[in-house]
Amino acid sequence: MERETISVTVNGRAYERAVEPRRLLSDFLREDLRLTGTHVGCEHGVCGSCTVMMDGVTARSCLTFAVMADGAEIETIEGLGSVEAMHPVQQAFWEKHGLQCGFCTPGMLMTAVELLKANPDPSVDDIRDAISGNLCRCTGYQTIVESIQYAAKLMREDGP
Amino acid sequence: MTHTDMDPGTLANVQFRQVGKPLTRTDAPGKVTGRTPYAGDYVMPNMLHMRVLRADIASARLVRLDVSKARALTGVACVLTADDLADRTAATDIPGQTGQKRLDTDQPILVRDRVRYFGEPLALIAAETRDIADHAAELIEFELEPIPGVYDTLEALKPGAPLVYGRDNIVAERKIRKGDVEAGFARADLIVENTYRTPFQEHAFLEPEVGLAWVDENDVVNIRVSTQVIEHFRPIADALGVPHNKVRVRGALVGGGFGGKEDLTVEVYLALLAKQTGRPVRLEYSREDSFVGHGKRHPFILTYRTGVTKEGKITALDVNMIADAGAYVFLSPYVILYALVAAPGPYRVDNLNVFAKAVATNNMYTSAFRGFGALQACAAYEQQMDEIANTLSIDRLKLRRRNFLKTGEPMSTGFVPPSAIWTEQCAEKAWAGLGEPTASDGPIRTGRGLACYQQSYGRLTFLHDTSEAWVGVEMDGTVVVRSGVTDIGAGQISALGQIAVEVLGVTLDNVVIYNSDSAVTPLAGTTTATRALYMTGNAAKQAAEGLRARLAERAAQEFGVTPDEIDMAFNEVFVIDRPEKTMPLVDLVRTCAAEGIHRSELAIFRAPFGDFLDPETGQGQAHPDYAYGAHAVEVSVDVETGEVEVLKSVAAHDVGQCINPAAVEGQIQGGAQNGQGYALSEEMLYEEGRLVTPSFSEYLMPTAMDMPNVECIILESRSGVGPFGAKGIGEPAMTAVAPAIANAVADAIGVRVFEMPITPERVVTALQQRDAS
Ligand code: FES
Ligand code: FES
Repeated sequence: MERETISVTVNGRAYERAVEPRRLLSDFLREDLRLTGTHVGCEHGVCGSCTVMMDGVTARSCLTFAVMADGAEIETIEGLGSVEAMHPVQQAFWEKHGLQCGFCTPGMLMTAVELLKANPDPSVDDIRDAISGNLCRCTGYQTIVESIQYAAKLMREDGP
Repeated sequence: MTHTDMDPGTLANVQFRQVGKPLTRTDAPGKVTGRTPYAGDYVMPNMLHMRVLRADIASARLVRLDVSKARALTGVACVLTADDLADRTAATDIPGQTGQKRLDTDQPILVRDRVRYFGEPLALIAAETRDIADHAAELIEFELEPIPGVYDTLEALKPGAPLVYGRDNIVAERKIRKGDVEAGFARADLIVENTYRTPFQEHAFLEPEVGLAWVDENDVVNIRVSTQVIEHFRPIADALGVPHNKVRVRGALVGGGFGGKEDLTVEVYLALLAKQTGRPVRLEYSREDSFVGHGKRHPFILTYRTGVTKEGKITALDVNMIADAGAYVFLSPYVILYALVAAPGPYRVDNLNVFAKAVATNNMYTSAFRGFGALQACAAYEQQMDEIANTLSIDRLKLRRRNFLKTGEPMSTGFVPPSAIWTEQCAEKAWAGLGEPTASDGPIRTGRGLACYQQSYGRLTFLHDTSEAWVGVEMDGTVVVRSGVTDIGAGQISALGQIAVEVLGVTLDNVVIYNSDSAVTPLAGTTTATRALYMTGNAAKQAAEGLRARLAERAAQEFGVTPDEIDMAFNEVFVIDRPEKTMPLVDLVRTCAAEGIHRSELAIFRAPFGDFLDPETGQGQAHPDYAYGAHAVEVSVDVETGEVEVLKSVAAHDVGQCINPAAVEGQIQGGAQNGQGYALSEEMLYEEGRLVTPSFSEYLMPTAMDMPNVECIILESRSGVGPFGAKGIGEPAMTAVAPAIANAVADAIGVRVFEMPITPERVVTALQQRDAS
């Protein structure tokens, strides 16, 4: 199959890669760039595990072709922060027990980042609405909601 | 919000430093930063990609399978069919460490001639890329000649029904015969009889089955896999025809299990192709593969006939249970055993007959799922309690109170659970926790429901369960724990760390835990049956205590006191009540090292060993112990659309002793989600055995918009057989949720929907039928 060369910035780093037109962004990130923090739970756009940030808005990387990311800025969970310097949402999920198996977590975190950018002081309903497209089988969502509330507080206090 | 209630009598002399605190989990930082590798994140050079080709008819004869075109395709390394395999099978019996085959339960690895369920594997493909493997699958030609199948347990039991295998479709039967049921019914003022139906359920862990296998320089097949059970190296070796020590299973942190990664999943396929090709092979199920590729929760039909006095005292109970085992045996004989034992619930019933049957059909096979048969029993006995209360016009809680099994009393099997039975306290707190009722408003009717449960923790005693853990202290005072236990997301390994550091007096950031490697970490048994904390927690505690004893002895010598005067906390070793006599743990450890004193300990914990229940009476000890608790909910039902919303949800569980309250609450909240989906929305629809809902857009589990907050009320009787008096919470968290919801719906609309899930259509139909009659 004809390959196309794309230029894409992922977590602040520029990449130029040849990809097949049908290559999914999720596979591109996980396999070509070995950024395995982005998870694939359904490959049909339903579970939200594969959510990444593309030019500042969330995208389901299992529904996005890599070629569509040509010229785009992608941010994944690996770019949010590190163990030594966590992003407030990471810090909050860690402290407030916002995860169990952790498989849904990358998608939840990226969705939370988008919400908090638009709405620094979301209500519980706002949060539940924002993550309603992200499935979790372990937590019942309660600690996830609490984590996002806490992240909002941290971000209001310290700035992102 | 959480309240913790403790029994003051047992609290007095216990002061924990690490245990009982909501410490952040050791696995969380890696997970929130995307650094934790799951089984699917591993790759190797020269790796092949696998694909499983599956049958698209549920009951058929395989008359032709031609893989020649697929084999000829460029980039295909290997295609295997049953013809290429020795006549071996993959065991489906209880996994774990007994290594004994107990039932004739095996499934052919690949279909040789008979297809028994939709999705049964026909061929395995390994190719250079996934695309090539997919293409090869399309090139395989096969012909299936349909055979009349049977898709309903009652049909399957009729004379002349199509046979799934064997001489009849009965997979297993079990019974309890206790007291004098006829006499009990004769004494009853009223007899209430109802039949309840429970559905298939999909585990729906977010991480589909995945693994990577390779053969190493010692000719050992290594499998890195998402599993609850690394002890599967034994059946994998048997399936390959190699010695047990030639298979090594390494887990990873698991992206959810719930029982669905308890049986073998991708392991044997991977191992076969790794051996065949000599190259690393990777197999990842698609979500659809996952839906059709692993066993489901058993649907049950449960008929309860209860005799009660006017005052509401149960005088006799007769229960008949029929479970759909699907097309292969797997854990069905044990699932119905759990259901049998749980049949009367947390109630004292001295005159008891129970008959449980697992029936083969051409539906998807059914096996382990959180609650394991005891949950299906609870769905029936708790709805039945409400039906009795309504018939007698007795308050629902009061009726339950009259019948609760009390501490020290014999349960269904005649066994007296060794721990406290706090069902009544839990029920009262959960029910009161609902607070002021929400008023009905026009077509929106509100209602409340309560359900209490009894759920075992720990495996069946006849399995002679053991678990091992190793604890060591490094020269710099940091601690290492090694144990084979798999962590399926509930914080299993973090809890082990918390236990070890409590005993050794160091802080949780000073421990590293190595787990889940069948060749290197001491075998801990499975992460199933709510046993990980109970079994491996006890083993880790024993190991840490053994190590502590040696350290304390050396410290006592140093300080000129006896070892029982020594305490260890915050990385210091000191004489109790004499603050001047203290030294850093690291100094003590160095002294021990210099003198050759052993700085590690391997411990084995043995659960009580028992025999099989008496086959005629069902009497004996089935499990080590039981957990008790209650769940209460308030719902609203729109009588025009049939839509049900859960407004309030309150859980009260006696967990014995919290090791980590945050982890306990997490189990309770997650269990509430699993149970709510089971009660209301999760529906696996099969047409002639073909699954027509194989995706998350058709199979609807509760989202963040559907779930209420769950108020967790944690009671601590400190009476359990786990470490520090802990019981288990993994399965108990879910057991009572669905019947509580069913009872609330019935309370709201005045009519019961006897079959779950309670979908809007079923609600509307029930209302119409009531209005028509
Ligand atoms: S994997 Fe993309 S939404 Fe599920
Ligand atoms: S933490 Fe397991 S799916 Fe969300």
